[in-house]
Amino acid sequence: MTKEQQSVASEALYLKVKSALLDPYNISTEDLNLMMSQMLSKGIDMGDIYFQNIHQESWTLEDGLVKKSSYSSRQGVGFRSIVNEQSGLAYSESFEKGALLQAAKASSSIAKSGKTDTFRVEEPASINPYYSFINPIDSIEDKQKIELLQTIDIAARSKDHRVKEVVASLAGSFQNILIVCQSGRLAVDIRPMVRLSLSVIVEDNERRERGTSGGGGRMDYAFFDENKIKGYASEAVDQALINLEAVAAPAGEMTVVLGSGWPGVLIHEAIGHGLEGDFNRKKTSAFSGLMGEQVASSICTVIDDGTISEARGSLNVDDEGEPTERTVLIENGKLCNYMQDRLNAKLMKSKSTGNGRRESYSMQTIPRMTNTFMLGGQHKHQEIIESVENGIYAKNFGGGQVDITSGKFVFSANEAYLIKKGKIDRPIKGAMLIGDGPSALNQVTMIGDNLALDPGIGNCGKDGQTVPVNVGQPTMRIENLTVGGTA
Amino acid sequence: MHSNDHHKKAELALKHAIDMGAEQASVRFANGEGFSVTAQNGAIETVEDYKDQNFTVTVFLQKSVGSASSNNLNDLAIKTAVDKAFSLSSLTATDDCNGLADKERMANKAIDLDLYHPWDLDIDTAKQIAIECEAAALESDNRVVNSEGATVGSYVTKSLFVNSHGFAGYSEATGHTISCTAIAQNNGAMEMDYDYTSARHYEDLIGHKIIGNQAGLRASQNLGSRKIKTQKASVIFSPRVSSSLVSHIMNAISGSSLYRKSSFLLNAKDKQICPDFITIKEEPHLKRGFSSSYFDAEGVQTEPRKIIEDGVLKGYLLSSYSARRLGMETTGNAGGHHNLILEPTDDQDMESMIKNMKSGFLITGLIGYGVNMVNGDYSRGANGFWIENGKIAFPVSEVTVAGNLKDMLMQIITVGNDPEKNGSIYSGSILMDNLMIAGE
Repeated sequence: MTKEQQSVASEALYLKVKSALLDPYNISTEDLNLMMSQMLSKGIDMGDIYFQNIHQESWTLEDGLVKKSSYSSRQGVGFRSIVNEQSGLAYSESFEKGALLQAAKASSSIAKSGKTDTFRVEEPASINPYYSFINPIDSIEDKQKIELLQTIDIAARSKDHRVKEVVASLAGSFQNILIVCQSGRLAVDIRPMVRLSLSVIVEDNERRERGTSGGGGRMDYAFFDENKIKGYASEAVDQALINLEAVAAPAGEMTVVLGSGWPGVLIHEAIGHGLEGDFNRKKTSAFSGLMGEQVASSICTVIDDGTISEARGSLNVDDEGEPTERTVLIENGKLCNYMQDRLNAKLMKSKSTGNGRRESYSMQTIPRMTNTFMLGGQHKHQEIIESVENGIYAKNFGGGQVDITSGKFVFSANEAYLIKKGKIDRPIKGAMLIGDGPSALNQVTMIGDNLALDPGIGNCGKDGQTVPVNVGQPTMRIENLTVGGTA
Repeated sequence: MHSNDHHKKAELALKHAIDMGAEQASVRFANGEGFSVTAQNGAIETVEDYKDQNFTVTVFLQKSVGSASSNNLNDLAIKTAVDKAFSLSSLTATDDCNGLADKERMANKAIDLDLYHPWDLDIDTAKQIAIECEAAALESDNRVVNSEGATVGSYVTKSLFVNSHGFAGYSEATGHTISCTAIAQNNGAMEMDYDYTSARHYEDLIGHKIIGNQAGLRASQNLGSRKIKTQKASVIFSPRVSSSLVSHIMNAISGSSLYRKSSFLLNAKDKQICPDFITIKEEPHLKRGFSSSYFDAEGVQTEPRKIIEDGVLKGYLLSSYSARRLGMETTGNAGGHHNLILEPTDDQDMESMIKNMKSGFLITGLIGYGVNMVNGDYSRGANGFWIENGKIAFPVSEVTVAGNLKDMLMQIITVGNDPEKNGSIYSGSILMDNLMIAGE
């Protein structure tokens, strides 16, 4: 896009969001000035107003039929006031002006001193969007959504006669967001999201196992083409069938090879959370005070990038209206940046990295990850497997969790194999892997050249808030991780 | 309070659905209001005000179902939601198991469960409590140097459920919590731990200074934690983690897990799944309970019962839909389980179990959801203390405990009489034999 096209597109985006969030309630820029002045007159240091509506739908197939569908719409306006390290939050689900002014007042009740400020909003700056402003819910007919789920059901069942249950769901959402930043600038975004998830149960001789797959991102349902559907069906069924053969996982410390893509949960848990600005400002992270220090082996470079085209964790602007960035967190093993929102950046005398996120208007903005991954290295995947005498290869993962302060993290393998003498051996049952964040990446000894992001189904929870993210990594060899098996 | 107002809106919504041609419909209104205050580092960090409302309509059209929800409660938005639910129900496939729960199962005995006790707490007092709670943590031990904050919160929820059988159930409840997460530091290593109290009535809360003090002591006790050798050992699940085991059983016996064949307790009804000294009671009518209600999410009358008696699984957790799928009757569990009480097997608590233990692992924290509901495989990250000759020897972290839930349930030796009452599952300490611990 040329600069001129970009500004025309941005203007159109602004009008679209305004017509969804302000015009129906006759809220003018003068009203926005008034609300913001109301907060500023209390003597706050920082503040913003967050208008949002969220439309989402879901369709669920089981027993070969789409029997469930639901639709929801929510809207609200969040008011956030900050004085020093204190922040006040109030919101209104009514867009009636009296209710909005009342919430503005409630949010700024943390401030005591008063001063008069005038406030003037300015139209949004021009942006270069990372996803299109399409409403996925309207992108295809409802009948086509049902057909799509039926296609994946047939694809999964026809893969193997041992497939007994197939549950597939399709979800789409669409959000309009308008933020009145304290600078007076408005920021707007339209955020589409689609997701397809598949779960199959296979049964053989009374033994039952599950396999799962799925994908999505900030796009419309056209993303789920025939190849994608086939791919998801194969992945879930293969995983379930492999698990039918799985033997007990070993217990104890061993060399682990992590596959590319989803196993990036390791990066997210072991490193990512510990590098969020709030934990480091409050010195509660195992990574506090380690800026500039070697926290990983020198072959590791870790990045958070909110600008990847159509990725689940991407944002055009974060929830404080700041443009998202590609932030290098760890470069060649050295810690070089935290992920910041405006509050923590200000208190740590640095700048926002566009990582201020909130689940919705009713929640606080806090530093969050977007798409977080480790860069590729120089080894071939096969070469890494062959280098291991005795260990495990964890190809796919479920979720994980971390204790920020002690740095201990877990993540659970749901498709894994023993490696014996450089060769993939028998599949093993799911097991938890546990490690220590600050030391884990020091034990990375080989990195593959096959960086991949997860397929776009990940969520991250923090402080009771869930936001969509991506994780990623190349194949990686890591020493002395504890594998929580039974054998 | 707008219960009358909601009632009128609900009747209009039901009428609109039926007028359009729906056979059956149900409507739920819910609102919540509250606040929370967090103190960190001796000062207030956040003050949050909550005020939520929501409306959900479910429409049944010739055994097809659609549902829609909105947080905009004006008449037009409600009508739009009903229209949407109706249009979805005309697209989804029919299923004979769909429909409201049977009319004769609707609750007709309203019971006062003593759930509504608003806390007349002004924001300045709440701030003071939070600050004092955190201070108690920082004063508990000189190695407690920091905190993730102390939070005081209070909320009120009101909900109205109405369906086309003519059933209307209204409930209002309050909840109050005080929590604190402390951080202790020694030789450059940090450990975090927490304590909290929550109750329907603020009088039932544990004192905020006790909570702060306890969080601080726990964090400092974790200092110097290390791995242990990979081995099989006896373990004690402390009361704050033991309820997770009960919750895994409930997950496995819930209707949707069963009809989707994704449960390790498939066809386990009337079979022994625990040692014969284990009994789990479901008490929907517990006064001031967190999951107390005289009707379930479909309006079905709830009744106290034994889910596990003398080790035998006596029933599942079924809604009307899952019951029809399984050819059974609803158990009044649409929306999940009610209050559960794992009965103590002995006059023991965590302290006495430790005293009687030659060597083993006391688990005080579990992380990661490593439970495979389909086959019962269990593997989770754990921390706690190593017990040697009846005494705590040293803190343990960065290990996992693993087994299969089917076996683990049979390996229960003792259930203590020391449950925490912060949630809807009352479960004392659980002593279990022979669990695999992965460490060094």
